[in-house]
Amino acid sequence: MHKALALTGVAAAALALVACEPGPKTLEQSGYRGTGMAQVNLDSAAIVAEVPAPPYDLPPPGEVTAGEAYENVQVLSNISREEFDYFMAAITEWVSPEEGCNYCHNPANMASDEVYTKAVARSMIQMNQKVNISWDSHVKDTGVTCWTCHRGNPVPENYYTLAGAPSGNPIERKVNGQNMPVPASAFSSLPYESFGSYFGSDLGEPMSVRVSGVSMHPQEDHEVTTMEAEQTYGLMMHFSESLGVNCVHCHNSQNFADWSISGPARVQAWHGVQMVRDVNDGYISPLAGIFPENRLGAEGDPFKVQCGTCHQGQNKPMGGVSMVADYPALLREPLDFTAPILDEADDEDAAAVEIAAAS
Amino acid sequence: MLMPRYQNIFTQVQVRGKPEMGVPLKYGQEHRKSGTTFSNWMGLIGQAQIGPVYLGWTGVVSLVCGLIAFEIIGLNMLASVGWDPVQFVRQLFWLSLEPPGPEYGFSLFVPLAEGGWFIMAGAFFTTSVLLWWYRTYARAKALGMGLHVSWAFASAIFLMIVLGFIRPMFMGSWAEAVPYGIFPHLDWTAAFSIRYGNLFYNPFHALSIVFLYGSTLLFAMHGATILAVGRYGGEREIEQIVDRGTASERAGLFWRWTMGFNATMESIHRWAWWFAVLTTLTGGIGILLTGTVVDNWYLWAQEHGYAPAYPDTGMVDPALSTGGV
Repeated sequence: MHKALALTGVAAAALALVACEPGPKTLEQSGYRGTGMAQVNLDSAAIVAEVPAPPYDLPPPGEVTAGEAYENVQVLSNISREEFDYFMAAITEWVSPEEGCNYCHNPANMASDEVYTKAVARSMIQMNQKVNISWDSHVKDTGVTCWTCHRGNPVPENYYTLAGAPSGNPIERKVNGQNMPVPASAFSSLPYESFGSYFGSDLGEPMSVRVSGVSMHPQEDHEVTTMEAEQTYGLMMHFSESLGVNCVHCHNSQNFADWSISGPARVQAWHGVQMVRDVNDGYISPLAGIFPENRLGAEGDPFKVQCGTCHQGQNKPMGGVSMVADYPALLREPLDFTAPILDEADDEDAAAVEIAAAS
Repeated sequence: MLMPRYQNIFTQVQVRGKPEMGVPLKYGQEHRKSGTTFSNWMGLIGQAQIGPVYLGWTGVVSLVCGLIAFEIIGLNMLASVGWDPVQFVRQLFWLSLEPPGPEYGFSLFVPLAEGGWFIMAGAFFTTSVLLWWYRTYARAKALGMGLHVSWAFASAIFLMIVLGFIRPMFMGSWAEAVPYGIFPHLDWTAAFSIRYGNLFYNPFHALSIVFLYGSTLLFAMHGATILAVGRYGGEREIEQIVDRGTASERAGLFWRWTMGFNATMESIHRWAWWFAVLTTLTGGIGILLTGTVVDNWYLWAQEHGYAPAYPDTGMVDPALSTGGV
């Protein structure tokens, strides 16, 4: 009796300690045998793709374009009025299902630009178009819509901002943006604040991810420290955590740097990094002047895109379901338009309207 | 009469009597402090007699230096969580005292918060360990022993100093040193391997692993063998080097039967000593060569024909065609 109890206890303790995940799993081999290149997926963890249906069937285009029908339509002026209405209904459901139209519009004058979110939305629509047209190297035919990131939230759940300046106190040593159990570095002690250096030009020329020695013996022109390798490693942990995959999803761990033994996902991920830089530098950082303070990070920069913004723990965002075919407006070439930079007074008004809209 | 039961993996016998005070002192030597006691709990895992302890000035200074290093590391960790004791405990495994960044090179004069504390902690830690090493040397001499313990300890210290001082010096940068932290030093190890193209292709790293795992294997084989022949007096190993007796004969025959060869009561200890010593010695050499002589061990191993070649996946570096990093 005691023996049975003891054995049960030992078994329970072992289970608790190894943190194993019971249940059937599916193993997907993705590389040459013996390299361990495989993904182990817990069947019960399969995420059901929750993609909202279009608001109604896309009506056939009429004679009048949105630009002719409405005042002050800038980035979608070339689509039909019917498609425009349809798209506005969809975008409300994607981005501000609770706040409604007033999240971006002054209900008394829909054409007015006084609410800052309207300017942001214009820029984001152009970003969608740019991603769908120019970044098929990363998004393939699946494409993106506002839903890919927003998922019904006015602010997407996953984003990054630049790290604040370290304290000048000599006793409180710098933490170097690492050694903290946070999701950004998959709860490792690796650097978690490096995104700004890799995912945009806010801190100057984007940092190179590549750290491995390029030749057998040290070269004068390749001086990369182990600390930089830790930053790359931290970034890779972010990839891994954001996509719900492990290293061998892309790499052959025999040598992480060698492309000729890597999987196709690595090439796609590489294009993803370039895409994120384009999105942040081209469409999000320029909006810094129009966001209110509660939508800015410690360094006064807007909430920017990282891998998890779209992927949200899945190798393919939303289980790989493509929505974009239902929204042809997002597959058009972006129109010439420069995001307006509001002056200070407008900025405050916009913030006030936003608060009124939210309450 | 006490009947020791050797067929048990836990210590069965505790000898109690007049405290054993060691070999007689030579003329002119200071008297040994007589403070001794017996501990039943210590007796379960080792000798029940505690003391006499010899600390001496090297021991005292070593402990003081070690305590200073420990405090510098601990207080820096505490500072990094804003002096919050709860967060200190929660995040302890993640916290770290990091070396100076590459911008400081190998300068000794680095602002405290930028890594100066790291250099200071390293200096005190190294002093502490070296003084403790001298204790193992001096005390062995004082007892007329061989110096096997101190040379083995020196091998471990070699690896430690290579990691924290000699290699950073050769590389001209403190940034190459290992951070003081539990997870951080493990993550550093993984990043170090990636930076230098996979450390598993470093032959000295491979040797170090062989000796490390070999040490545990030898330890298990030897411990098991001696316990297994304990009922025949097998624990009297030193006498059995020259007068083998039935325990040695049975143990030796067992290994000849099972693996065709056996160590002797003498050689098994030399095996164990060399395996242990060579673990850190070869490891230290491997670390010392990394970044100084070899920048990518994978490429090195390909050149020397021992990295297995896998079929080309057809992937090409996209930066070659489109630019970017």
